[in-house]
Amino acid sequence: MQLVQANGLVKTFSRVRAVDGVSLEVSRGEVVGFLGPNGAGKSTTMKMLTGFLEPDAGTASIAGHDVFADPIAARRRLGYLPEGAPAYGDMTVADFLTFVGRMRGLSNATLNERLVEMVERVNLAAVWTRPIDALSKGFKRRVGIAQALIHDPEVLILDEPTDGLDPNQKHDMRELIAAIAPGKAIVISTHILEEVEAICSRVVIIAEGRVVADAAPAALLDAAIVDGQRPTLEAVFRSITGSKAA
Amino acid sequence: MKTSFRTIALVFGREFRAYFATPLAAVFLLVFLALSAGLAFFAGGFFERGQADLGPFFAWHPWIFLILMPAIGMRLWADERRSGVIELLMTLPVRAHEVVIGKFLAGWAFTAVALVLTMSFWLVTLYLGSPDNGIVLASYIGSFLMAGAFLAISACISAMTKNQVIAFILAAIVSFLLVMSGTNLVLAALRGWAPAFVVDLVQSLSFITNFDRLTRGVLEAPAVILFLSTIVLALWINVQVIDAKKAA
Repeated sequence: MQLVQANGLVKTFSRVRAVDGVSLEVSRGEVVGFLGPNGAGKSTTMKMLTGFLEPDAGTASIAGHDVFADPIAARRRLGYLPEGAPAYGDMTVADFLTFVGRMRGLSNATLNERLVEMVERVNLAAVWTRPIDALSKGFKRRVGIAQALIHDPEVLILDEPTDGLDPNQKHDMRELIAAIAPGKAIVISTHILEEVEAICSRVVIIAEGRVVADAAPAALLDAAIVDGQRPTLEAVFRSITGSKAA
Repeated sequence: MKTSFRTIALVFGREFRAYFATPLAAVFLLVFLALSAGLAFFAGGFFERGQADLGPFFAWHPWIFLILMPAIGMRLWADERRSGVIELLMTLPVRAHEVVIGKFLAGWAFTAVALVLTMSFWLVTLYLGSPDNGIVLASYIGSFLMAGAFLAISACISAMTKNQVIAFILAAIVSFLLVMSGTNLVLAALRGWAPAFVVDLVQSLSFITNFDRLTRGVLEAPAVILFLSTIVLALWINVQVIDAKKAA
């Protein structure tokens, strides 16, 4: 069974077709890098995968549960970091993660274990009792990751998890994602191509709402070999998406 | 309709605490106490009447609430949408109506705190004379119900926008119309052309007319039903708005 399955997702906003028939399958153990120029439909697709937006056409399911017909069951198995890592700024990190954990139905014992694990894994000890509004961008992003992981979900959908992080923080975030990847299906949207090569087992590129490439990073590069020269992922990305965007 | 009371309680707890996380709570409570006391004393003739009752105090509540309840309700959804937290909240395993009810109850409980703080008035009149305690209690219940109706409308309108100022103004306008619909100004304007049943209907929906009935000391069923059904209807629309935004 595919942990993430999307078939022909379509979404139109006031006559602009943001997503135009996107299909996607992610199985356990895969980390899929979701790439595309700004406005290509990455975030919109992710919002439909999580059930936050209803598609005009198409279906999406998480761990076998349709996100629209059976939303509660689907969302239980899903951890989601929305774009910009939103959180309740007036709450402390501890209170916020406790709130999300309880909303996810964790028992007190499990929740306490998970909170301890989050402090260690996501490195939140220094800011644990600080209000989220007072945190740096890097810490806010980490709080966003922690709330997505609090219930140890099978499926993770992360919208630009490393946006705004410094190089050290990016490195830590990649290590974290690599460490939790076995046993989960992870979809990450990003602009940072080196990130894709570092942690993703597969790359899906979308442009103007359509999937234009879906392959392992190495296979994508091999396919684009010219005169025995292997191009960079950036060059491939530009050649696939650039002509359409221009 | 399946409902998790645990989710409602969690949302309630978070939202109720959020009121006190910012100076908003203190400002609101101060403004409410100052307005309700000031209007009762200076405009209502609380002392000059020479009667030990709270009539002049409650008479201003519809007017105070029509400004203050939109102020309490405006952030409930608009702020969530502006900050993007709504995306996180509504992708948790929750149902829209659980969140709607939890948020509303938090705002209503906060209003109850404000009303309880005004009970010093009651103590003063008890000291000065012997007010009809049944009337005072009925008035407090009526005031609480009316505040709930204003709040539910404000929460519902807050769900339609990400701009708190717009939410506040629209909710205040709707509240104003509901208050004004019982005044002679509106009724006289209608009587000229509208059939009698329309005039009666508009008058029967008026918050002021219904609230006045309650402050006379009888917990009249029609008034109680009006406020409660306004709450239920507004919250139902609130849920529909949240669902409709998904498909937008």
